[in-house]
Amino acid sequence: MALLEVKDLKVHFPIRGGIFNTVVDQVKAVDGVNFSIEPGQTYGLVGESGSGKTTTGRAVIGLNKITSGDVLFEGHNLAKGGRKSHLNVRKDIQMIFQDPYSSLNPKKRVADIVAEPLRNFEKLTKKEERVRVEELMELVGLSTEAIFKYPHEFSGGQRQRIGIARAIALKPKLIIADEPVSALDVSVQAQVLNFMQEIQKELGLTYLFISHDLGIVRHICDHIGIMYKGRYVEQGASEDIFTNPQHIYTKRLVSAIPDLDPNRRESLTVKRQQAKKDFDELSDKFFDEEGLPYPLKPISDSHLVALPEKG
Amino acid sequence: MWKLIVRRILIMIPQIFVLSLLVFIMAKAMPGDALTGLIDPNIDPAAIEAMRERLGLNNPWYVQYWDWVTRAMQGDLGQSFHFKMPVTELIGQRLVNTFWLSLATLIFTYMIAIPLGITSGRYNDTFLDRAITGYTYVGFAAPLFITALLMLFVFGFQLGWFPTGGSVSPGSAAGTWDYILSKAYHLILPAFSMAVITTVSTVQYLRSEIIDTKQKEFIITARAKGASESRVYNRHILRNSLLPIAAFFGYEITGLIGGTIFIENIFNYPGMGQLFLQSITRRDFSVMTACVLLFGIAAIIGALISDIILSLVDPRIRIK
Amino acid sequence: MKIKNLTTSFRVLDDYYAAVDNVTLTVNKNEVLAIVGESGSGKSALAFSIMGLHNRAKIEGTLDFKGQNIAKYSQGKLNKLRGKEMAMIFQDSLSALNPLMIVGAQIDEALLLHNSSMSKKDRKVRVIDFLSKVGIPRPEKTYEQYPHELSGGMRQRVVIAMAIANQPELLIADEPTTALDVTIQAQILDLIKDLKDDMRAGIILITHDLGVVAEMADRVAVMYAGQIVEIADVYSLFSSPQHPYTRSLLNSLPNSAETKTKLHVIQGVVPPLHKMPREGCRFRHRIPWIDESSHEENPELHEIKPGHFVRCTCYKDFYFPDKHKEASGNGAT
Repeated sequence: MALLEVKDLKVHFPIRGGIFNTVVDQVKAVDGVNFSIEPGQTYGLVGESGSGKTTTGRAVIGLNKITSGDVLFEGHNLAKGGRKSHLNVRKDIQMIFQDPYSSLNPKKRVADIVAEPLRNFEKLTKKEERVRVEELMELVGLSTEAIFKYPHEFSGGQRQRIGIARAIALKPKLIIADEPVSALDVSVQAQVLNFMQEIQKELGLTYLFISHDLGIVRHICDHIGIMYKGRYVEQGASEDIFTNPQHIYTKRLVSAIPDLDPNRRESLTVKRQQAKKDFDELSDKFFDEEGLPYPLKPISDSHLVALPEKG
Repeated sequence: MWKLIVRRILIMIPQIFVLSLLVFIMAKAMPGDALTGLIDPNIDPAAIEAMRERLGLNNPWYVQYWDWVTRAMQGDLGQSFHFKMPVTELIGQRLVNTFWLSLATLIFTYMIAIPLGITSGRYNDTFLDRAITGYTYVGFAAPLFITALLMLFVFGFQLGWFPTGGSVSPGSAAGTWDYILSKAYHLILPAFSMAVITTVSTVQYLRSEIIDTKQKEFIITARAKGASESRVYNRHILRNSLLPIAAFFGYEITGLIGGTIFIENIFNYPGMGQLFLQSITRRDFSVMTACVLLFGIAAIIGALISDIILSLVDPRIRIK
Repeated sequence: MKIKNLTTSFRVLDDYYAAVDNVTLTVNKNEVLAIVGESGSGKSALAFSIMGLHNRAKIEGTLDFKGQNIAKYSQGKLNKLRGKEMAMIFQDSLSALNPLMIVGAQIDEALLLHNSSMSKKDRKVRVIDFLSKVGIPRPEKTYEQYPHELSGGMRQRVVIAMAIANQPELLIADEPTTALDVTIQAQILDLIKDLKDDMRAGIILITHDLGVVAEMADRVAVMYAGQIVEIADVYSLFSSPQHPYTRSLLNSLPNSAETKTKLHVIQGVVPPLHKMPREGCRFRHRIPWIDESSHEENPELHEIKPGHFVRCTCYKDFYFPDKHKEASGNGAT
């Protein structure tokens, strides 16, 4: 059974306007998204800015109000009931944020940052809490003396580890990682990615990995969903997406990945321009009248593409 | 943008309504009423009661409130017991005086704030900047009435450069040049005394705006284009820093109200502030409520002006 | 442009520390020189030094621009060059543009400052011309718009239009695509390539993204801790990287051939400016398994092939340790 199943998720934000500030329109940030994640897997949610990938992640964890649809986590429908409901389920879902510099409160010590979820959900004595925090620090590879320091005393990679320690404090099952490495330098990025894979094995974690960087997504994800304007354009196993992209938008994204071999420069440029040309010429066929992708249709067991009705 | 302004003006209506209600309720809550000061205590209580009935003072409070509001909107703010004349008439001339005093104060405020703020922001952490910020700290710490008394003592009595009271020299006829000059002459010292103190927040605000803008990346862009230092300041830094100051303008008006109450009393300047204080000491209720209402409306309009200026000058708000 | 022994130092506490340390580089006409490095490597400080945009730094060495040492120029003299013969493209287009000025006026300013004789009308024609040249679909409309009304990609085009308005001979692009989406990034890179062929300018491309380098550069300089550790043409650099830092960087990128594997992690962190070791090989603390004797005492750039320079002799003995031992969380300290 899937750990997380998202069914026809919609998140619409009202646009207010007019003299009386009434709702005049809706921004359909997420407009009918379906996906499911099996336990222990890493699911990549890819898209450019404004595609709705972050909103989807935030809706799953309850940070954005869900307009309609279901979010089933181990059979509990998180979309029903308010923020306060399903408290015991919610602690099984945690989030890692993009910016390790602004997601940690600069005025709190690391010990308090990491212990915060523990204090919210578990009643521990001071001593028990201390032991747990130290365990967590060891788990993320930071020294236990570090717990009395403040976030600014750490490097970017270390801060992201603190963020991870906070996220895994309650032994969650699902972690939503929103661009966890895009603010980091290449070498630090490698550290954090390795580490995320390690603790995944160790703790049996499932990741919803939100990113715009296809290189990283390819490296770390089992399944990938590509979002465009709040909808899916393609979904499949990592290999399906990268070796056999079907939608013009996916092709364009894949062709935009930089290649480390300067000898392939020319061919890449040609490929990229072809992808752009296809995208411009075929968008009438691949998108509906409003310029939005069509519903997904399976083309193989694991691979779904948003193709028009006619096929 | 027009929508924004219209919406902003519409918001004023409930604000003024709430204000008038508060003023009315506070006036009612005070001991005594419009008759307490008017009548001879020897009059027959039955006659008083009849008079109360006739004046509508026995009606439920909301009826009284409605009467008061409708009359106020027609320009009838009641009768002053002390001066035995309509409040509207009493306020008229004083309102004009206070208006000129406030305007002069605003002009002085900006005349002091803009050069000082710019110098202090541009050359921050120099001796000059420290001297200017030193002055602003003194300005924050020194109470307005002490400063005003000191100014009055030094420039009015000791040096005798300025008149020590009134709004115009007796004997000059309205409309003549002499009259206008005399009015302006009487304004200078009170307006300047107030400006010297109220300007310090604007100096500080402008200084920090400039220091902030100086470090923005588009300033580097301007330098990379080859813009000279003076052009960078004139075209990019000052422009961008003065806009928030312009928007602050409306709130300055609000600040002035408090100031005029002190200043007019110290300089014996016949304006709204002086009238307000007198009406309190003399229990002249109708004058007092009228003053509070006008001050409140001035504050609301000040905030409105600020919001409108801000939406006019900042394209990020204007274009929405 | 020839940069010789450039050292840019900043005051930290009571001492000067070199963020750019003794850098010697040449950029030729019609060439893209990429400068690669992570944060703290000094690559941006180098760009700012060339443009003379540091106001509190001590700059030593010579900056030879078309035979003139501009390092000794006054700000006034530099203003005649900046924006005309050398220009800069910034990373974050939203903060690089004045939010309260229409886009047209900001590009116009670049023209006005260097072409005082041009009429207002002619300048507007030129600005609109440049806007369409950088691929803005409705240049007349964009001219009147404010930066916040444009998308990130369009804004970056405006920043580029502003930089090329006077057809500079040297263009410095500081992370020009980092803030953009991948498809937009590809478009902007193509635009820069086209413009280079068009203007035959020398371009210094500053980036941390090796993919961008592989795609754009003719020559590459890798910077670490304020020094250049390797310079080579782009083909040799990617086919046979020599310096341990270059090799480690390339190795730490996810590779499409192997997924779900451990990435290489460089031990430790770049030391902050005031704690930077000033003697010996600056990278030695991050490759402690390499014998101390393989480092030079005063590491120099060695030319190992024509045009391919590597600093320090440690590259000869460098090897990657056992991957698993290497990667297991010891990058934490």
